[in-house]
Amino acid sequence: MSGLIASQIVVRERAAPSSGAITVAGVALAADPAGAIYWPEQGMLAVADLHLEKGSAFAARGVLLPPYDTAATLARVADLIARYAPRVVVALGDSFHDGRGPARLADTDRAVLKAQQRGRDWIWIAGNHDPDPADNIGGRFLPVFKLGALTFRHEPTAECEGEIAGHLHPVARVAGGGRAISRRCFAVDGKRMVMPAFGAYAGGLNVRDRAFARLFATLTFTAHMLGQRRVYAVGAKRCLPD
Amino acid sequence: MTAVERTEPTPILPETFARWFAQRGWTPRAHQLELLARAQAGRSALLIAPTGGGKTLAGFLPSLVELFERGAKPRRLLSTGKEVRRSEGLHTLYISPLKALAVDIARNLETPVSEMGLSIRIETRTGDTPTSKRQRQRRDPPDILLTTPEQLALLLATADAPYLFGTLKRVVLDELHALVTSKRGDLLSLDLARLFRIAPGLQTIGLSATVADPDDLCRYLVPQAEDGARYADLLVAADGAEPNVTMLEPGGDLPWAGHSARHAFPQIYELIKQHKMTLVFVNTRSQAEMIFHALWHMNDDALAIALHHGSLDVAQRRKVEDAMAAGKLRAVVCTSSLDLGIDWGDIDLVINVGAPKGSSRLLQRIGRANHRLEEPSRGILIPANRFEVLECRAAIGAVADHAQDTPPLRTGALDVLAQHILGTACGEPFLADELFSEVKTAAPYAGLTRADFDAAVDFVATGGYALKAYERFAKIRQNKGGRWRVSHPMVAQRYRMNVGTIVEADMLKVRLVRSRVGGAGRTGPIARGGRILGEVEEYFIETMVPGDTFVFAGEILKYETLVEDEVYVSRTTATDPKVPAYDGGKFPLSTYLAERVRKLLAEPAQWLPLPETVREWLRIQQWRSMVPGRSDLLVETFPRGGRYYLVCYPFEGRLAHVTLGMLLTRRLERAGLRPLGFVANEYALAVWGLGDVELRVRRGELSLAALFDEDMLGDDLEAWLAESALMKRTFRTCAIIAGLIERRFQGNEKSRRQVTISTDLIYDVLRKHQPDHVLLRAARLDAATGLLDIRRLGEMLSRIRGRIIHKSLDRVSPLAVPVMLEIGRETVYGEASEAVMAEAAEELIKEAMG
Repeated sequence: MSGLIASQIVVRERAAPSSGAITVAGVALAADPAGAIYWPEQGMLAVADLHLEKGSAFAARGVLLPPYDTAATLARVADLIARYAPRVVVALGDSFHDGRGPARLADTDRAVLKAQQRGRDWIWIAGNHDPDPADNIGGRFLPVFKLGALTFRHEPTAECEGEIAGHLHPVARVAGGGRAISRRCFAVDGKRMVMPAFGAYAGGLNVRDRAFARLFATLTFTAHMLGQRRVYAVGAKRCLPD
Repeated sequence: MTAVERTEPTPILPETFARWFAQRGWTPRAHQLELLARAQAGRSALLIAPTGGGKTLAGFLPSLVELFERGAKPRRLLSTGKEVRRSEGLHTLYISPLKALAVDIARNLETPVSEMGLSIRIETRTGDTPTSKRQRQRRDPPDILLTTPEQLALLLATADAPYLFGTLKRVVLDELHALVTSKRGDLLSLDLARLFRIAPGLQTIGLSATVADPDDLCRYLVPQAEDGARYADLLVAADGAEPNVTMLEPGGDLPWAGHSARHAFPQIYELIKQHKMTLVFVNTRSQAEMIFHALWHMNDDALAIALHHGSLDVAQRRKVEDAMAAGKLRAVVCTSSLDLGIDWGDIDLVINVGAPKGSSRLLQRIGRANHRLEEPSRGILIPANRFEVLECRAAIGAVADHAQDTPPLRTGALDVLAQHILGTACGEPFLADELFSEVKTAAPYAGLTRADFDAAVDFVATGGYALKAYERFAKIRQNKGGRWRVSHPMVAQRYRMNVGTIVEADMLKVRLVRSRVGGAGRTGPIARGGRILGEVEEYFIETMVPGDTFVFAGEILKYETLVEDEVYVSRTTATDPKVPAYDGGKFPLSTYLAERVRKLLAEPAQWLPLPETVREWLRIQQWRSMVPGRSDLLVETFPRGGRYYLVCYPFEGRLAHVTLGMLLTRRLERAGLRPLGFVANEYALAVWGLGDVELRVRRGELSLAALFDEDMLGDDLEAWLAESALMKRTFRTCAIIAGLIERRFQGNEKSRRQVTISTDLIYDVLRKHQPDHVLLRAARLDAATGLLDIRRLGEMLSRIRGRIIHKSLDRVSPLAVPVMLEIGRETVYGEASEAVMAEAAEELIKEAMG
């Protein structure tokens, strides 16, 4: 009954990252384990909740977090751009942690961002952290972006058919082998999707939280959890509350 | 022994004191007088004395005598311009690792003070002291203040410090052996260095149990110099009678593995019945819960048996201690929570259930039953499995040899230094050069380099980042004279809320509520306002699903839900509770005891006193495989159930074995041997996989010497640290102590779970972008001795070089059975996460297809 001394692991599989297929309102999307979606027909890449300059926002309040979060987040965006070569990039709001974030952006990070925007359409969707257009960060500013059957906006709404949103930072928790783990995830029910937060310092909210119950019919959605190299689809019923 | 032995000065004990001793029917003990003499000669000293030897009184006697001689000199009121305060600050400071101990000692001191009619004011100051009293103490301090290291740090970080401590004559450090082994000891050493500067002529007295190297503590007590070590005087009080330690003869059903010692519960109960007062020490809180629960069930005689461990509510623990002191209890089941503290009650038996882990720890525990010096203290060891029989036997030998295996003095941690630097700036502006010299007088920091010191200052000021992004947000800045000062009062306020080095895993309060009617499902309304039972680690609750049952505070409880930072539980009638994996008080097997176990194994002549089942086990091992020599590493390989196993026996403790397991599986994977997992216990490590290691060795394609080569501590270790959850936990602790992350926020403790930014995320980003950052270096140093025990692994790998003995077997050997039985019982926190998700996803597929 006791056995508190033993330890055991299972060695992880090593393979190239592969994206999982997710369908929303009849549109086939590729869910990348980095936490982004790619829409092949439109050549479009979407990321949510980058929260750039969150580190410096904390620093201004006296918590001197490592100032590398923006560089780290942009580097991961760069990986995705290299992998998919998208024609359009959509940042689903809360791209900056606060309204003064764009002004605090370091020159090197700004140059990286500009380089990523070159030759493609870049859309900043307004979020609650960054509701207003900002100077000197390139791209177009839109409150909502509609393309084909899909609607891209920051905060999920009651109108759900084809909505791709962020804002909630979904995280799923599952148990197995005597322990539980939490990972960022896509929350999807075929009609709508809530994307995981992409930012290096972005936190998370359990998908069993009430905020998700308002969006999805009782536990009928699937959490696509982000693994090292693939996405794992787990039924909401299997997900644990905190 | 290099501690200075001086010619003995003669103590001067005033007539009043001599009379008081006589009235009580006591004669002052030799070490009490000797310590008084040293103090009167102006020396600092370390007193090593067994429990119950009048050690505390010895520590205070010099101050009581001095204050008696000073007389009731009325202290004048002085105006500072801002306020009115007493003319003199503190005379004596007493530091204890436990605030309860400070309170108890203060109470005990009142007896001699009032009986001799001394005019001495004695007060305590702990986290529980009311604010008004704390404020008054800063203007009108007592003669003697009893407090904790954290409170001392707080007092030093105020502008009042020069006034409060300028007149300080003496610091008494109680349970010094326990204080110095942790980061608290590092912080205290820095505060001592500060006190020595503020109060010239300050003396220290250290009180300690026996340790392996008293010189370490003697250095700790006095300021160190550039040109070599300095030592306080060493006084060793005479030992009491030899302790009487035996091993409970296990019945025929001695388990192969596990730590419950279930087979011995009836015998434990009988022993309690036969004695006046028994302490039952166990190694983990979960064991304590289990034994307490079992004893309660067989308690037909209604014996007063209590439970005491670190997770229980403080008020409840105090109740148990008071009942012990009043002699109302027959037994207390406890963890290391009762390792320290004054003698509660008249204990006549100490039972140690499970592996003793270390010789010094065992001696200290057994010493708890030593109330009268001339009588032997009685201890009984109860092994829970076969390997523990060997460990108990080795420990009995170690006790007979008076062998000590306390760890050597720590190297001062950089995260603690950072906290101290900020605290210093909160007190008064400092010059870096001066503070650096001061810090180096603290023994743990005597070897500190200027580069590391500057890195710590830089960290405190602007985070210490190569990317200089935060100059304008600096917490401390240099003024025109080059002195560093706090840039905003808010910084000092935050420092005060986060002082200290004890970083528990995030704890959740356990609240007893009535069970919800109805089944599981979404969080529904639930009765609030039940009783708090204690606290559990957050990561334990993370493994639980509502409806799971577990043992806590002696009861079987059902997990209902989590509300903010409280776990709601209800009583249940369930009979098969989950065992909590919260592992407070788990110590690794000491290197010394491990060496003795290996020696015992290697010499069959010494097996004679072992129980017959154990001898038989070892004899069959000799015949089927072999019993490893004292310095050898036995590696067995065998096939089983379609898999290939490799079992080795380093005897270096579970933590080092887990690290070895992580690194070995990486190497086996690279060698194409497709390892699937591993399991470790205190003595052995088993790795299994799909590839046949034995075949590859036979063909000469793989050498075990290369597999176990020390170079695994290079790149393999680095690669693993990048993703190790244990490393992230270590980093989190450093980040909190150093003040990067706050653990307490003003006014909104409740929302901690929402507000805190995950240190795992910070670790990932920092490691990638500035791998040599001072906090990462601090975390790596911790990992060497802490959760990953890398240093010990390194010593082992070096010891077994050229001494690996490979036995190729056709099936599992008797010695391998205990570790093999652990397979599937527990997983390392934070690892193997992909497997858990894959399994959860698998279920979805089955559901969809089925």
